[in-house]
Amino acid sequence: MSACSLHIRFTINGQQADVQAPPMKRLLDVLRDDLGLTGTKEGCGEGECGSCSVRMNGELINSCLVPVLQVDGALIETVEGLAIDAELHPLQKAFLECGGAQCGICTPGMLMAATHLLARNPQPSMDEIREGLAGNLCRCTGFVKIFESVVAASAMKGFDLNAR
Amino acid sequence: MSASPKTRADTPPDGHAGTRVVGTPQLRKEGVDKVLGRAKYIDDLEREGMWHGATVRSTIPRGRILTIHFDPRIDWDEFVIVTAADIPGKNHIHMIAADQPCLAADQVNHCDEAIVLLAHPDKRLLPEAVAAVRIDYEPLPAVLSIEQSETQEEVIWGPHTDEANIFKQFHLEKGDVNAAWATAAHIVEGEYRTGAQEHLYIENNGVIAEYSDDTGITVWGSLQCPFYVHKSLMAVFELPAEKVRVIQVETGGAFGGKEDYPSVIASHAGLLAKKAGRPIKIVYDRMEDLAATTKRHPSRTRHRTAVDKDGKLLAMEIEVATDGGAYTTLSSTVLSRATLHSTGPYVCPNIRITSRAWATNTVPSGAFRGFGAPQSIFAIERHMEQIARAVGIDSAEVRRRNFLHDGDTTATEQVMVEPVILDALLERALKESNYAAKREQFARENPHSAIKRGIGIAAFFHGSGFTGSGERYLNSLAGIHVPQGDKVRVLVSSTEFGQGTNTILTQIAAESLGLSYDDVEIVQPDTSVVPNSGPTVASRTSMVVGKLIERAGHQLIKRLQETVDLAESYTAQEFFAACDRYRDDRGTVESMCRYEAPPNIFWDDQKYRGEAYPAFAWAVYVAEVAVDTISYSAEVTNFHTVQEVGRVLNPVLAAGQIEGGVAQGIGYALYEKVQLKNGHMFNNQMTNYIMPTAQDVPPIHVSFEEIPFSHGAYGAKGIGELPHDGPAPAILNAIQDATSENFTTIPLLPEDIFVRMMARAQTPEIVSV
Repeated sequence: MSACSLHIRFTINGQQADVQAPPMKRLLDVLRDDLGLTGTKEGCGEGECGSCSVRMNGELINSCLVPVLQVDGALIETVEGLAIDAELHPLQKAFLECGGAQCGICTPGMLMAATHLLARNPQPSMDEIREGLAGNLCRCTGFVKIFESVVAASAMKGFDLNAR
Repeated sequence: MSASPKTRADTPPDGHAGTRVVGTPQLRKEGVDKVLGRAKYIDDLEREGMWHGATVRSTIPRGRILTIHFDPRIDWDEFVIVTAADIPGKNHIHMIAADQPCLAADQVNHCDEAIVLLAHPDKRLLPEAVAAVRIDYEPLPAVLSIEQSETQEEVIWGPHTDEANIFKQFHLEKGDVNAAWATAAHIVEGEYRTGAQEHLYIENNGVIAEYSDDTGITVWGSLQCPFYVHKSLMAVFELPAEKVRVIQVETGGAFGGKEDYPSVIASHAGLLAKKAGRPIKIVYDRMEDLAATTKRHPSRTRHRTAVDKDGKLLAMEIEVATDGGAYTTLSSTVLSRATLHSTGPYVCPNIRITSRAWATNTVPSGAFRGFGAPQSIFAIERHMEQIARAVGIDSAEVRRRNFLHDGDTTATEQVMVEPVILDALLERALKESNYAAKREQFARENPHSAIKRGIGIAAFFHGSGFTGSGERYLNSLAGIHVPQGDKVRVLVSSTEFGQGTNTILTQIAAESLGLSYDDVEIVQPDTSVVPNSGPTVASRTSMVVGKLIERAGHQLIKRLQETVDLAESYTAQEFFAACDRYRDDRGTVESMCRYEAPPNIFWDDQKYRGEAYPAFAWAVYVAEVAVDTISYSAEVTNFHTVQEVGRVLNPVLAAGQIEGGVAQGIGYALYEKVQLKNGHMFNNQMTNYIMPTAQDVPPIHVSFEEIPFSHGAYGAKGIGELPHDGPAPAILNAIQDATSENFTTIPLLPEDIFVRMMARAQTPEIVSV
């Protein structure tokens, strides 16, 4: 395999990552297998469920659809980067308090989609929340408590997502 | 340890009043790990030296296996290969019957049945290897529908008698149905069908297995019922109980889909682990999970009902047929629940129910939230709508006139001894949904709009816990252990898969011990550590297992007070100090409780008579829809739920159960269609098996009435399955209100609406497309 692998460098949650990987290896697998960041989940492997959502250069992407060669030099953010030290990110706090996480398997991807939404639009309407999360499937909650979580996070005082 | 003020453990029997922890929105016990992405699911775990497993599956629905070819272009020496010949014990997965092979040996009875297992250190090489195993068959005629199975021309299961192809049948008679028809003002008939439904937990099935001759087999997995898997593995590996260990890890959704299937995948991984001499992980990808694992039973229910001129039910003749797939799995108990819920929450003096679960050459149907009830409640609640129309009274009124009340009896002659408040639930649901005004408004506006709007009701019940004698047979054991330190541990095999087991059982333990929520932990379900508190199914955890924990808590406090002078009122520090004294004097601080049936609960398995369930949860749901007569899509625009589930143990989690169940019910009604081609699911991707997204779910309003049930934990009854029962009929009733079309089959997709409306517009050339 080494004959057809590339040396790829990118920034992951603010830290430098150097990996040796086949160019078409999915970013999802690089995160989970090479970097041990198992917070990002695989639900369908075809970009439908959003469980593997991460941010890449400020855009929300499905990491199961991105070959790692495209990640060279990129800025990647995953669920592991949301909390600072032991302090939960406001969205994590809101998901915990409002019941936005049940089985938890969609939660990391959902949190990344919600982070992305609030970063662009700190006070989204209900329609904007629905649209912003439409690429992330949750089978447990019926989405209601996830919407409530996003509303609660957006209402938290002094909360600036872009500053984090 | 919390520096709690002095509290005293509350004292039963009326322990539901004035609780401190129960009934409050405690945060999900494992919630912090989940929001941090730190919770470890099966695919996040590794074992030293672990290889990956994969499965070669049948490509035909029925046939004899002739030969298995291994393509020489693959270096098979790199792989570990397992067939049925490698099974050390019995080649079956033991659920209710022992008819399902662990690996097909001579014959396959459905598509995607496992035949050969492969393992390799590099999981990326497995798909090519799976494709390089070719199986030659002698095909046999396949039975692919209930109707085909009913002809009994091809016998695919059971004896060549009039019981051919029947996994289970029930016949139930109350009163004199035959005499009632002549007295009827109206006789209303209808046939209703429901499709298969995929659980679509976002985490697929997966396990890791390890095997050694010394310690036996250990399996870590995404699963609901550790002791079900334990029992299956004992048979497959011919091992004693102590040499089989099953550990549940964080589970990413289940909904019944991880009740029976984990026994299959755990056996497979175990067989590979034994032969390879190393740990094996098998995690299905989505396509394999969709194609090969269980689905909700498809059903067909026929109703023939005699009513008087006022719409009162005089006689109900009901015939239920379910498609069980190729093997028994849980079909008999699913059928039982379908049968017992088929009359709906109504009183009728004369009832005849005949129900049968049929074998077909499709993937075995299995447990799915509601367990037969959503199928039969869809039928009765659609049928009540037709009765209302036949009699000429309102949908709400026909239900009101026939509701069960205190003292009435069900089809099994169960007397309603607990309060039944259906009238109040209906009243509240109508008020909160603004039903009458909406109905009037839609009727006024629809003629002038291409969007037809409607509103529909479903009233229903769901029996809590195992059916009939089930809980007695389970004989569950659960308890509390206080090790050295300052935490109490709850010992149960009940599992968390999103629904809130960890949180509510912790709340119950804390409440009954007079401690705070943070003083209590829940032990990871591990069959070598926890007692068998039964499977995590059947809306039984809060009511049955919770009650055991409540009793165990009270029992422990009493013991500490009698033996080591724990005061009447105590702080957490004093409690743990008392535990230390007890441990020094007498050893382990443990309090275990075994299930005791509520008094006056009797069930006759032979006659199928008596108290079918110790308690029922009750609900009235109201759906609003918009049907677009240009695109033919139907959309749920608003949804009101009012339910009585006994005491609500955690309001946030309880509402979450209702909202999630309603969303899944909306999918069942309008989106989710399992499409089979020659018995194989060919839309086995999330791209074309469509579940509701954030944009498809309407506002869902949740209201609870609380009538504590004295034999459930702090008054709790079951809640988890109830919300899946009502949405589909409420939605199709609303669609009938909007369009006047009587749709009788779900899922109801835009193309179905299109075909019906085109037929109505009398353009037969388009209909034939």
